[in-house]
Amino acid sequence: MFGSETGVFKTSYAADMALYPLPVARRTMAFLALFFLFAVPLLFSVYAVTILNLVLIAVVGALGLNILVGYTGQVSVGHAAFMSVGAYTAANLIARLHAPFWIAIPAGGGMAALVGAFFGIPSLRIKGLYLAIATLAAQFIIEWTINHVTWISGGVDASIQVSPPVVFGMALETQRQLYFFLLFFAALAVTATLNLVRSRVGRALVAVRDQDIAAEIIGINTFRYKLAAFAISSFYAGVAGVLYTYYLGIANYEQFGISVSIDYLAMIIIGGLGSVLGSIFGAAFITILPEATRLFLKHFGGMFLSHGAILNLIPNIRLILFGSLIIFFLIVEPEGLNRLWRNIRNYFRIWPFTT
Amino acid sequence: MLSGERRAEVCQAGEVQLDVGGVAKHFGGVRAVETISLAVNRGEILSIIGPNGAGKTSFLNMVSGFYRPDRGTIRFEEREIAGMRPSKIAALGIARTFQNIALFGGMTVLDNIMLGRHVRMKSGVLSSFLYWGFAQREEIAHRARVEEVISFLDLEDLRKEQTSALAFGLRKKVELARALALDPKLLLLDEPMGGMNQEEKEDMARSILEVNEEWGTTIILIEHDMAVVMDISERVVVFDHGRKIAEGSPAAVARDAEVIRAYLGTARSREGLAA
Ligand SMILES: Nc1ncnc2c1ncn2[C@@H]1O[C@H](COP(=O)(O)OP(=O)(O)OP(=O)(O)O)[C@@H](O)[C@H]1O
Ligand SMILES: [Mg+2]
Repeated sequence: MFGSETGVFKTSYAADMALYPLPVARRTMAFLALFFLFAVPLLFSVYAVTILNLVLIAVVGALGLNILVGYTGQVSVGHAAFMSVGAYTAANLIARLHAPFWIAIPAGGGMAALVGAFFGIPSLRIKGLYLAIATLAAQFIIEWTINHVTWISGGVDASIQVSPPVVFGMALETQRQLYFFLLFFAALAVTATLNLVRSRVGRALVAVRDQDIAAEIIGINTFRYKLAAFAISSFYAGVAGVLYTYYLGIANYEQFGISVSIDYLAMIIIGGLGSVLGSIFGAAFITILPEATRLFLKHFGGMFLSHGAILNLIPNIRLILFGSLIIFFLIVEPEGLNRLWRNIRNYFRIWPFTT
Repeated sequence: MLSGERRAEVCQAGEVQLDVGGVAKHFGGVRAVETISLAVNRGEILSIIGPNGAGKTSFLNMVSGFYRPDRGTIRFEEREIAGMRPSKIAALGIARTFQNIALFGGMTVLDNIMLGRHVRMKSGVLSSFLYWGFAQREEIAHRARVEEVISFLDLEDLRKEQTSALAFGLRKKVELARALALDPKLLLLDEPMGGMNQEEKEDMARSILEVNEEWGTTIILIEHDMAVVMDISERVVVFDHGRKIAEGSPAAVARDAEVIRAYLGTARSREGLAA
């Protein structure tokens, strides 16, 4: 995790481009793999694993939104709606056709990508606040459609039960079983994103963000890449939507409201725009924050307040914390938690030559 | 190396690479380009000079596809490109730099130059996701070409620097590197020496000449510094009020009465002119 970089020289382009160029980084990865594969399932309580599962799903969604907002510079407040497209696509396939997870997940992602690219069309003309409003419209149109078209939503309360995913003949019923399933997809999403951003397409997306005129002049078709960003981002959202549906055992449109879109924006702003690690930090932070406040108030709030008052307070505290954190990070540390982490790490990187 | 005059002769006989016929561009009442025709030979260095607002940048903007001409034709290697998407024109082999630098500020020098290779690379979304295999091989192959450009322009020490943190002259150089990485057949340079000190200017002029000689790249150059223009161009054209008022070898253009009236005469105090 921390380790000296001094004395490490790269002798080939491949080494210079490697994901984990330093020996210490590879050790860190090995440690993390052991931790998540063995320590967590063996040592964590069911409650903790349940929360961690939510974090893993949020990591997938946050990476997707960060590709669009952080890397490509296109605003979206409709991320949750694209998740719901994935969720209902998969839920219908599972409930009607008994689709296995390896069909339901890519299908959910693919459908979300199509819908996302369609609602990304305004980005070809407009930017910033106007684009935000256009994606807000997408959020409401999709919500309304799912809620009112019973063929999609499956009936009056707009929810569809889904059976758990079956892996190698075993149905994943418990949270602990689901944990490995979600861990796999979160790890896949992280790896895919790291690969994307270090290669041709990822560089082109950042070019569109930094200077779309210059990007076009050096041969990047900015229209195509903006739509691609919406499609890729929505694919992740769709996959996260399917995973969440498996997690809940039900697809329900109320789980994908505008406030969830805002949560995801908060994740990437607080975690760090245009950063993979930041997406992970942000997803963990925003998912754990409400649980942490709830636990904190449950244990210590009783000293000052009645039980009823605490229950009323919890949702409000959450909103207040959210708001102030977003403002803090926007003003004080626009690069988010990722930056704070880098500052700490850089200190140790060239240790003992730190000044 | 051939002398300027001699090279001009060679190129006169050479084939026309870019053929611009009667292009015009108006912005409301402003006639940025009134009407301009210009033929550029493969492998030559052509300078465009003219007073501020003469329409030089607007002309380049039409060639690189950034503006769609109101009228006229632009043929590049026998193909009509007027009004084509800039990204498509770049893919045909036309690269450019900007008067007021347009680098990707949040990226390193290396990534900026790698972006110059974009049109020469192929990896799509799927192969990028998978990376190990096609995308990685492609990255390594094109990184080698980028390294050639980096050492050509002596940018080795700056690879991992953010471009926004660089001094003005260096940023101009990185922008040239990005354009060169595209392996252009035609290079459009809009005041590449603007805002540079004498040493940087000489350095840049040398690089431009070398690019032209080593790779045979055709170069169209907009420049205000007459000393540089006289030095490196084989041919000079003069724009004024959106028209081409003179064309010929540097020496001939400098003698031209209309040029002196329109440009040189009104700007006698400009840098380099007193000489
Ligand atoms: N996009 C635009 N919208 C409106 N007017 C424009 C636009 N582009 C250029 N013009 C106008 O067209 C005229 C020619 O401008 P251009 O930038 O081509 O001149 P230039 O020869 O490059 O001058 P300089 O030496 O100052 O760079 C100017 O009057 C300019 O204001
Ligand atoms: Mg200009």
